[in-house]
Amino acid sequence: MSAKVWIVVQHREGHLHRMSREAIAGGQQLASLLGGTAEAVVLGHGVGPVAEELGGYDLAAVHVADAEALADYTPGGYVGVLAAALKDHAPTHVVLAHSYQNIEYMARLAQAVGGSLLPEATGFETDEEGVVWRRPVLGGKLQARVRAVGPAPLLVSFQSGVFGGSDAATGNAPRVELDASAAAPDREILGVEEVAGEHVDLSAAEIVVAVGRGIGDGDKLKIIEALAESLGAEIGASRPVIDNGWLPRDRQIGSSGQTIAPKLYIAIGISGAIQHLVGMKGASTVVAVNKDAEAPIFGVADYGIVGDLHEIVPALTEAIREAKAAAG
Amino acid sequence: MKIAVCVKQVPDTEARLRVAGDGRWVDEENLPFVINESDEYALEEALQIAERTVGEVVVLSIGPARVREALRKCLALGAHRAMHLSDEAFAGGDAMATGRALAAAIAREGFDLVLTGSQSDDVGSGSTGSIVAGHLGWPHAWLVMGVELEEGNSSAKVTREMESGMNEVLRIQLPAVLEIQAGLNHPRYASLKGIMQAKKKEMAEVSAADLGLDGAAIGASGATVEILSVAFPESGEGARIIEGDASSAAQELVDRLQKEARVL
Ligand SMILES: Cc1cc2nc3c(=O)[nH]c(=O)nc-3n(C[C@H](O)[C@H](O)[C@H](O)COP(=O)(O)OP(=O)(O)OC[C@H]3O[C@@H](n4cnc5c(N)ncnc54)[C@H](O)[C@@H]3O)c2cc1C
Ligand SMILES: Nc1ncnc2c1ncn2[C@@H]1O[C@H](COP(=O)(O)O)[C@@H](O)[C@H]1O
Repeated sequence: MSAKVWIVVQHREGHLHRMSREAIAGGQQLASLLGGTAEAVVLGHGVGPVAEELGGYDLAAVHVADAEALADYTPGGYVGVLAAALKDHAPTHVVLAHSYQNIEYMARLAQAVGGSLLPEATGFETDEEGVVWRRPVLGGKLQARVRAVGPAPLLVSFQSGVFGGSDAATGNAPRVELDASAAAPDREILGVEEVAGEHVDLSAAEIVVAVGRGIGDGDKLKIIEALAESLGAEIGASRPVIDNGWLPRDRQIGSSGQTIAPKLYIAIGISGAIQHLVGMKGASTVVAVNKDAEAPIFGVADYGIVGDLHEIVPALTEAIREAKAAAG
Repeated sequence: MKIAVCVKQVPDTEARLRVAGDGRWVDEENLPFVINESDEYALEEALQIAERTVGEVVVLSIGPARVREALRKCLALGAHRAMHLSDEAFAGGDAMATGRALAAAIAREGFDLVLTGSQSDDVGSGSTGSIVAGHLGWPHAWLVMGVELEEGNSSAKVTREMESGMNEVLRIQLPAVLEIQAGLNHPRYASLKGIMQAKKKEMAEVSAADLGLDGAAIGASGATVEILSVAFPESGEGARIIEGDASSAAQELVDRLQKEARVL
């Protein structure tokens, strides 16, 4: 059986989501590895421009479900239409970007069609028995090799950054209408709000000192403040620091916080989970201080010190003050 | 309101991990286990809702004998009863198989609301709650950062996290499955009284047969993905590790940041 890879895209205000371009690249590569075809699927209302954008990729078809019931994304709307479409068209694989919206409904779609589910893939290859996928486990500390062993279709989401969106092959794909009558919206959207806070814009900072759960307690933050002051840096944080109420939410860096690209990023007591990394991977120089030599943050850092932050941070502050004093 | 909370026991994120002998998972011997982080927030939210509505909170967990300790802790925090899905047949399930088993246990009793964590800190599928919802035929929401019950408890105003620091507010009909994201409340600590009372609370052992589940649909047999191996990422790439005591390492780092990276 040859593979038929469906790539379900996400869009906003008439444009493809950045991660969906990466998913197109990933879906195309999967199809070519398996010797099959790749097709895109878009759901929404008035999605003509997105369908047109998709038409410019090397895809066997662009399936379009356009209906008022799909104007706002809802799990019930998307799962209703897609479950019916998967039964009609029987793709072997359904590929999505590992975005919050897609994660929310893809599991439910897998359940609805009795398929298989593989969230957060970071790569794939083939061996003599078929495809072997990679995905992180235990907060990214370990990488797992995984095989899909259940019924088709296999629903798989690709983590951000695995494929380059600009690597998606271009071409000329025909538009095909998809029956949208099974859309069954199951929520009423009341509005969108920005997370409350002082609105610190960390993206403007040249140097960011970021603190993680490893600090142990909110009242230990003084050493971080001193370090930030010695560097003229802004303070950022990983999510648990915010969740614990040690710093306000507008200091959070990561997928549900700010995205920054400072000249220098110093991660202190941060393990380096993917949701954090996506917020700071644009930094030019990354320093990590962590007591665990196997912490994933060292995989993305340029310089690392392994040890207790309560000793290292004050020493670092001291060294910076001295260096600045020497420089006059 | 009668609320079910699904709780997973996971390795402590602080624990040093070793790959097990068969290479397929971490070695669980001497590994410290804790309640999954977002599940603690889910339990707290359930306790608060139950306090406001004079309800009942039932905690459920699938796992080996050690998970009774996690369930006992939930009882100490205020949950009224616990269900341990303890059958060997549940073991080795992925989110699809585990979600099916949890849904069967929930359907057997009937609940007004189900809360789960949004993601487990070990496998991290972020999917189990959505699958439970699918089996129950209820609406669901993932990454829930706020729950407000509305008139008559027939619907709820739910705040859902989106990317880049934005939230969506939506109305969902109950019963529903809400997959709670860490940070929406402040989980309480167990009191001595709570710990004493927990000892007298009901902890039911539930088997696959009790739920009328076919062994082929649950646990490793019902899983749709299988882990072949796990490994630490290859070393050798990544950071230049600066050795030495705190002050000499700090000195060298500053030196390199000035002269090599030229960022200071
Ligand atoms: C949907 C979703 C969205 C998320 N969004 C975000 C986000 O936007 N931003 C974000 O950061 N996270 C986010 N997370 C959470 C993320 O998955 C991780 O849980 C989080 O980033 C971990 O934070 P941490 O590294 O501070 O804590 P941990 O992973 O607990 O790591 C603490 C680190 O400190 C080290 N340490 C401990 N003590 C010391 C010491 N004395 N000296 C030196 N080192 C020490 C430990 O070795 C460890 O590596 C999200 C999760 C989900 C599911
Ligand atoms: N074995 C389990 N027992 C009880 N609840 C679970 C189990 N596995 C997952 N869950 C629930 O499902 C949520 C999401 O888990 P996961 O899909 O593994 O990321 C967790 O936060 C728990 O609330």
